[in-house]
Amino acid sequence: MSASTHDGAAPVSTGDFSADARRAIADEQLQTVLSRFSRVSPASRAETISRLPEFELLRDAGKAIKDHALANLDVYLEQFEAAVTEAGGQVHWCRDAAEARATVLQLCRDVGARTVTKSKSMATEEIGLNDYLEEHGIEPVETDLGEYIIQLRKEPPSHIIMPAIHLNRQQVADTFRAAHDHLPPGRKLEEPRIMLDEAREELRSRFLGADVGMTGANMLIAETGSIVVVTNEGNADLTMTLPKTHIAVSTIEKIVPTLDDAMTVLRLLARSATGQDITVYSSFVTGPKRAADPDGPETFHMVLIDNGRSAMFDGGFRDMLRCIRCGSCMNHCPVYTTVGGHAYNSMYEGPMGSVLTPGLRGLASAGDLPNASTLCGKCETVCPMKIPLPQLLRRWRQRQHDARLNKPAQRWGLGVWSFLARRAWLYRIVSRLGAVALRVGAKGRGRLGRWPLAGGWTAARDLAAPSSSGGETFMAAWRRGQRR
Amino acid sequence: MSGPGDAGRPRVGLFVTCLVDMMRPAVGFAAVRLLEAAGCTVEVPASQTCCGQPGFNSGEQKNSRAIARQVIAAFEEFDHVVAPSGSCAGMIREHYPELLADDHAWHTRALVLAGKTHELTRFLVDVVGLAAVPGIETAFDGKVTYHDSCSGLRELGVKDQPRKLLENVAGLDLVEGELAETCCGFGGLFCVKYPDVSGAMVDRKIDDIEKTGAATVLAGDMGCLLNIAGRLHRRGSSVAARHVAEVLAGMTDEVSPIGAPDTEGSTT
Repeated sequence: MSASTHDGAAPVSTGDFSADARRAIADEQLQTVLSRFSRVSPASRAETISRLPEFELLRDAGKAIKDHALANLDVYLEQFEAAVTEAGGQVHWCRDAAEARATVLQLCRDVGARTVTKSKSMATEEIGLNDYLEEHGIEPVETDLGEYIIQLRKEPPSHIIMPAIHLNRQQVADTFRAAHDHLPPGRKLEEPRIMLDEAREELRSRFLGADVGMTGANMLIAETGSIVVVTNEGNADLTMTLPKTHIAVSTIEKIVPTLDDAMTVLRLLARSATGQDITVYSSFVTGPKRAADPDGPETFHMVLIDNGRSAMFDGGFRDMLRCIRCGSCMNHCPVYTTVGGHAYNSMYEGPMGSVLTPGLRGLASAGDLPNASTLCGKCETVCPMKIPLPQLLRRWRQRQHDARLNKPAQRWGLGVWSFLARRAWLYRIVSRLGAVALRVGAKGRGRLGRWPLAGGWTAARDLAAPSSSGGETFMAAWRRGQRR
Repeated sequence: MSGPGDAGRPRVGLFVTCLVDMMRPAVGFAAVRLLEAAGCTVEVPASQTCCGQPGFNSGEQKNSRAIARQVIAAFEEFDHVVAPSGSCAGMIREHYPELLADDHAWHTRALVLAGKTHELTRFLVDVVGLAAVPGIETAFDGKVTYHDSCSGLRELGVKDQPRKLLENVAGLDLVEGELAETCCGFGGLFCVKYPDVSGAMVDRKIDDIEKTGAATVLAGDMGCLLNIAGRLHRRGSSVAARHVAEVLAGMTDEVSPIGAPDTEGSTT
């Protein structure tokens, strides 16, 4: 049965991609969830897009907006800061994760915060904020249902927009029974609706009692100083409006120039992410509560983080900064839907994560990720921002090769192959010898179950023997005069 | 066979591909047969080896560039370059210009070659304009399903072309798999670096193939086919795997399915 990480019995990621992938593949429960997800998620996107003939044009428009915003990043970030300040908010610039954590902690301490409610934020995942706040005596409470579930389980998210997608209903019910131990243990809990109601009930007092509300931002609008936050649960709105202090945490590449631009990106986001025309809630927030507003926070802080973006911008990965975090690339990725999110050992999974993570953490500790792709190209075709993900994955492999970070055996093997490929006469001899050896090894069976130096291949599959008698290659037969 | 320079017959340079050369020469001869029937003169430059994709996809740029220049020099004299592989044709079409972008002279030559390089079925249907290959009457009894290789499908738009040609094969019943466009998990070096992940991916592919009830799976790329056939055999499945060119050229009696023992008369 399941070798999963139930109740946090074992860490979900060890950092060894192959080992974690192997465990995920052996986990029947996870495979059932992933197999269903790999069919349902692309189908719902396809269905929605089939009703929007201009979707391809919209992709071009979205890409153009982000390309323009990135090319003028400094201008728009300054414009955004001025507009936030004008609205009564305050912008805090942070170079890296450590600076961002310290800034948020200080802002929380300034208001004597003990509890922080949070709506879903990948930026705070990226800087490891929850653990840091807890270490410093402040309790973070995740209010997005999926984030709430994995927070109870002490697990990292396995998908950027569906953090608990690796779990099934029963596992969530078990988690709730264990965590909500003041409720009758025999209560009926198997229906999603009932679990949702229970989570809502549990979270209500947390919303009301929080000292600080913290959100991410799906977009930052330069002309108005607004942030855009989309959810399907409305939890971000309660998070932002009930406490006296709202801290928004985001990264600099989320900027778009205008409100109209934000609308264009919004039309792409939900369709690509969940196959919805639009999310249930799309909130535009500008600064703290104004005099005439019936509700809202008294203070608004915008924590803006670089954390490697500038280096990616200048270092050949600017295209990646168009990413709007829809998750479409992983929903369609045959590797992600086989191994799940935790194997990537990063808050960003699948193709986008495999490009982004080395940029954030360095290639040395994320070296498997750019390689753990067949470069099948599906991700690029479904990316709303037309990010050339296979090209960027390959670019990381180049960096790896140039820095000699790949395995010596691979470098050696490729070196030999290239040496031969550049000497046709020698290549003919070696390929012929190889073909003959395989024919002999196959002993007339047509294939081999094992073969020296082909362990990776024969681990999962037989190796076909060359089809021609005597192992004669096409080039040799052609040279001899065979024409058919 | 017609000699080079025949008036009106386009000269095609056949890029055999390393896997066809060594593992399945019959596919090369099937391609020759199809191209000649389509009215082309086929030549096979002797200096060809590999398109350089293993190195390129592993981040090795210097040698990949050298191999690209070698292929360009060997093939640029032809009217067209045709490969029985979407992957190798995609490498030449999409990635040679990218690899040589910093070298103006070679970049130009790469672009010219890219413009006239084609995957086999796409060449026959889109360039020559055939709905059926004249003079080749083929029969293949039974249900088959088709696996769309990733590079062919997404880099070159190969989707309808092989299916259109297969319509002319007597007795052939094409049943589409739900996952026909999903990667089989080959991915070049990926399959040896991550055998477990690759194995799980090809298992999903094979589950889908078996669900169609097809007795044979066809595809246009030897990489995918060796992966799928190898796993089919490992699982003890009765489904056979073949390159689409063998069926289109009517050569299935001359060569056993991939990884199957030789039969009488199968020598190529």
